[in-house]
Amino acid sequence: MNKPRTLFEKLWAEHIVVEETPDIPAVLYIDLHIVHEVTTPQAFSTLRDLGLDVRRPDLTLATLDHSTPTTPVASFKDLLIAGEGAANQVRQMEQNCADFGLDLLGFGSGKRGIVHVIGPELGATQPGKTIVCGDSHSSTHGAFGALAFGIGTTEVGHVLATQCLLQRKPKTLAVNVDGKLQPGVTAKDLILAIIGKIGVNGGTGHVIEYRGEAIEAMDMESRMTICNMSIEAGARAGMIAPDETTFDYLSGRDRAPQGADWDSAVARWRQLRTDDGAEFDKSVTVNASELEPMVTFGTNPGMVVGINELVPVSNDTSFQKALDYMQIESGRPMTDNAVDIVFVGSCTNGRITDIEETAKILAGRKVANGVRMLVVPGSELVKKQAEDRGLDKIIIAAGAEWREAGCSMCIGMNGDIAQPGQLSVSTSNRNFEGRQGVGARTVLASPATAAASAVAGYVADPRAYS
Amino acid sequence: MKPIKHIQSRTVVLPTKDIDTDQIIAARFLTTVSREGLGKNVFYDLRHNKDGSEKSDFVLNKPDAKDCGILVGGNNFGCGSSREHAPWALLDCGFKAVISTEIADIFRNNALKNGLLAIVVDADTHKWLLENPGVQIDIDVEAATLTLPNGSILPFPIDGFAQHCLIEGVDQLGFLRNQHAQIEAFEEHRNWKP
Repeated sequence: MNKPRTLFEKLWAEHIVVEETPDIPAVLYIDLHIVHEVTTPQAFSTLRDLGLDVRRPDLTLATLDHSTPTTPVASFKDLLIAGEGAANQVRQMEQNCADFGLDLLGFGSGKRGIVHVIGPELGATQPGKTIVCGDSHSSTHGAFGALAFGIGTTEVGHVLATQCLLQRKPKTLAVNVDGKLQPGVTAKDLILAIIGKIGVNGGTGHVIEYRGEAIEAMDMESRMTICNMSIEAGARAGMIAPDETTFDYLSGRDRAPQGADWDSAVARWRQLRTDDGAEFDKSVTVNASELEPMVTFGTNPGMVVGINELVPVSNDTSFQKALDYMQIESGRPMTDNAVDIVFVGSCTNGRITDIEETAKILAGRKVANGVRMLVVPGSELVKKQAEDRGLDKIIIAAGAEWREAGCSMCIGMNGDIAQPGQLSVSTSNRNFEGRQGVGARTVLASPATAAASAVAGYVADPRAYS
Repeated sequence: MKPIKHIQSRTVVLPTKDIDTDQIIAARFLTTVSREGLGKNVFYDLRHNKDGSEKSDFVLNKPDAKDCGILVGGNNFGCGSSREHAPWALLDCGFKAVISTEIADIFRNNALKNGLLAIVVDADTHKWLLENPGVQIDIDVEAATLTLPNGSILPFPIDGFAQHCLIEGVDQLGFLRNQHAQIEAFEEHRNWKP
């Protein structure tokens, strides 16, 4: 009998072009490469210098998201890109795609959006694929039972030229999530709690597989939120075994297999599960039913508390430095903190269900005086879906801004930033110092918590607003 | 890449834990299409006051730090974003190696591919390095050892292939391109096509 294998081990074995040895890493084949304007210009330059082509344009998905503005415009012709550097980067991406024969999902394509939002919604992200992108949140695609991870620009060049990467086999970490999430507690709260438990380096060198009752009960958008933040625990990738929820999501999407190909794909995908008796290098268990909405209080995503808990006390210098930066005190609840700006969006929480969740809380309410709220759809398709459902009207009526698709305030390199000292409740993935603007203080939260906080004017428990 | 066999330099110490790549090079400096010229923006927000003036008391701004090519950071150095601009920026301002008790995966990969050594040491050595900034360290890449000022020689772990590439100045893209026949065979014979 074959040795029982984990989901990760199955995918790894299936993509080995050349086996690894002590001297040489494995040559790993990549099924889908997603490229954007910020981490590719230098890689295209390398190809140009060496006179190389893109080996598989058909396996390469190109878009614009990081440095693109999200200011609402009547026409993309009116778009004003923030700064000459960003504008040049966008022009360069358009030129690179034209020169190397890549189909760019650009402005007005109706399909442009954040790399980790469009891959799934177009059906390009599929179970069993290896997927990479020059962006650490590539782990998002693992929600479909893909092996997906972020790479640097040198490696972007490797994949463009050879469709392969040199990789050492990572270790495996099982995160078992028992029980059910309580009403008002979401996937974002769960992943923040997991990072709080294992730490921002708890997954270093590992690929995480999320398993258990709470994970199986989740829709695809929630699973993407979970896998998205695997990197915030230091993990290379996060994965969830595909099931009927996965197949239902993909069925009929543009780039998903069709007809007889669909049936054979689903039959193959059903094998993508960790075998009974397969061993992980490490495992941890979390009880979902014990969790409440979670918010961060410090300057990394592992510094997290329940909405009704008190900010902990520690003598650690780095911990104290983080609290000083955040102007937050130990021993007090996060709900003491007044909010200046609220951001709903990003590859973590910029999908249609996130916009729905936000609109549900904003409906019939107003964003508090003095609070600015930006709601930024993750893609042009998400924007259209939301507008078809009238969600934009609810959001605008509440006094929030309904914007064009893009990374926006998650990365703050496109004109969307918080001002120095402002407290931002954000559905994004990183509360690092300066991430959302110089001196900006970021509190990570779910869309529900973000919307409730916008209405309250203080960090707020969303369960009081449902 | 130029071969790197030996590094001799003094250390500069940033003891904070979890120094992320956003702190090394903030996103607003990523609107470039080149690898060059990022050094002036390394640790920008730590090095500058709100009005843009330099913080004279910050360790990297002290005259003494100018010729220090080895950065000793707190645990979990380089976490966060995959931006290769982080090692590009560190190299551009003269760093040749970073040392910590743990270095994040993507940063380490990116660093080694550009000839920035990413070295993990044990907790005791790390503590000593944090407490003794400015010491002269000798890094022997071929032997994979650090020599401290007291003469003690400590081995450090390094992937054999990464080490080979550093010593010989191997171009990894060239290495991958030489696997052309195997890549084609894989594409042809796999039992499903993406």
